[in-house]
Amino acid sequence: MVDELLFFMEVLVGGLLAGTMYSLVALGFVLIFKASATFNFSQGAMVFFSVLAFCGFMQDFNIPFVLAFILAALLMVVVGLCTERLVLRPLMNASEDTVLMATIGLGYVLEGLAQAAWGVEVRRLDLGIGDFPVPWIADNLKLFISALDIFAGLVAALMIIGLFLLFKYTKIGLGLRAVADDAGAASSIGIPLKHIMLLVWSAAGVVALVAGCMWGARAGVQFALVDLALKALPVLIIGGFSSIPGAIVGGLIIGATEKVLEVYIGPFFGGAIEGWAPYVLAIFFLLYRPEGLFGEKIIRRV
Amino acid sequence: MKPVFMTYTKKDIINLAVCMVLSVLVIPTFITTEYWYTSILIPWLCLALATIGQQIVMGYTGQLALGAAGFMAAGAFAMFNLILRVPDLGFVGSLIVSGLIAAAFGILFGLPSLKVRGIYLMVATLASQFFIIWMIDKFGWFKNYDSSGIITAQDIVILGKPFTTPLAMYFVCLAVTTILTLLAMNMARGSTGRNWMAVRDMDIAAESMGVSLLRTKVQAFAISAFYCGVAGALFAFCYLKSLEPVAFDIKLSFKILFMCILGGLGTINGAFIGAAFILLFPVLLNSVGNNVFHGAIDATIISSIEQVIFGGLMIIFMIYEPLGMAKLWENLKVSFKSKMSSSGIKSAKSSAQKSE
Repeated sequence: MVDELLFFMEVLVGGLLAGTMYSLVALGFVLIFKASATFNFSQGAMVFFSVLAFCGFMQDFNIPFVLAFILAALLMVVVGLCTERLVLRPLMNASEDTVLMATIGLGYVLEGLAQAAWGVEVRRLDLGIGDFPVPWIADNLKLFISALDIFAGLVAALMIIGLFLLFKYTKIGLGLRAVADDAGAASSIGIPLKHIMLLVWSAAGVVALVAGCMWGARAGVQFALVDLALKALPVLIIGGFSSIPGAIVGGLIIGATEKVLEVYIGPFFGGAIEGWAPYVLAIFFLLYRPEGLFGEKIIRRV
Repeated sequence: MKPVFMTYTKKDIINLAVCMVLSVLVIPTFITTEYWYTSILIPWLCLALATIGQQIVMGYTGQLALGAAGFMAAGAFAMFNLILRVPDLGFVGSLIVSGLIAAAFGILFGLPSLKVRGIYLMVATLASQFFIIWMIDKFGWFKNYDSSGIITAQDIVILGKPFTTPLAMYFVCLAVTTILTLLAMNMARGSTGRNWMAVRDMDIAAESMGVSLLRTKVQAFAISAFYCGVAGALFAFCYLKSLEPVAFDIKLSFKILFMCILGGLGTINGAFIGAAFILLFPVLLNSVGNNVFHGAIDATIISSIEQVIFGGLMIIFMIYEPLGMAKLWENLKVSFKSKMSSSGIKSAKSSAQKSE
């Protein structure tokens, strides 16, 4: 009985921690959605692009780890700048769906550019943290929990706190919230929309880079990261598109449910149900609470 | 008054006649290489059909869906099982029934559209994509317990005659596509299509005018999935000649989405233009890579460039012409016509001056 409970705990904790990895991807979506009500479908491609660039800098040019990270982050700022100028500004007054489709196109561009520049083969990314159980926890609590998972959880927590403080207590954060609320009104009182957009896209790019590092260390830096990032979508639906805590809680729920279902129910259906379970879970949420757990209620004007 | 025959103008009939002559007489006489049939014309017809399905739900009804490949897989594997287990049904019967099976999935996964729209709906339809592929993959019955993963598609036999040559398969695809395209045009022009467009343009207004949202949306999803299912069956039986779930992954869904958007949302001919572009452009790019640069550029780089161009075009079209290539074509025709007529007026004027 105790063993079963321990096993369940292990599955649950593993799932929760793996869920924080989804949260990291979802966080980038939320940042952009919060500030511009734009749904950035290319966030997954940004994850792939940034981490591939990071690996490319390190492995092809032998640039040291920290410098390569900074370079990749700067590259993401450039990507944000180009996106703002070339995609978002011309589409300022377009409908939501049009912008969404444009970001799908943007995703294709980023994926193609990344592969043209750095190649298509799977790259290994070593963060110096192994993807194996921590001995101390395994000995004392009898739980096998990967060090990488814990590290990802910590990084996610730090980023959440940082972003939360930024949004809540800084002038920039106030500007961001004002723009999100009503872009027209915000710009009429002198908040520079361009700078805000640039800032948000750069921040989302850096978040993508961090998320990419975590995923890359686990699964290898490869194209499949883009598909993995799609799982951030159900996370967002559960958490709400405009809520940073929502991204975290959504990630935790998806991570935990997916693992528990996979371990306990999956065997009856031949396994691999984690491919679609999050989406079905998201459908149920959509039917009962379309705005997500923490989202603002969706009001459509007629 | 224009001469009208069953709501079709003379222009429509001429267009149809030109298309039929081109596809039935001109193409088979002038194109003799198998490559064109097996690698371009057949997949073009199949994917155009699937794109019409995507058009119905996205272009006409305005519901953002991203699961076309899932419904195609449902249609393809339904076809395989129907021919295998119910041989009496025949090819055409199986094709229709497999379309109906796909339509059933369409109804099921289209239900969330009643509550949500936009990106939310997109996520819900992604569920269909992943679920259908997983279901086919995990339950051996669908694949007739074949362990190799790739099943060979049965030969196409219609009324006791085998259709196995590329040309014969082309005609099968052509016949099915023509019939379904005409049907789609009919629906789009009739009350069905008007309801779809009313829902697309403003669902609340449509509802207050007595258009049932439930009926219209579910109908659109069902018909869309039917088209995708038939297209998937043809795609597997005429083009791939094999069945594997991997062929219908999310990438194909995105491809169809691109065909639909670049071709032109809310147009049937846009589906054909978009499908032709997405299929032919990589062929063109590859031949440029081989002939101009003589293979100096790596094939993976070429395919990456292709992706960049598709994505870039998507952005450019969204900014400058959200109605896609069909609209460009339309504009071209209009400007050509106005040029013609203005030169006509000039010549009339000059002749009038001469007579003075």
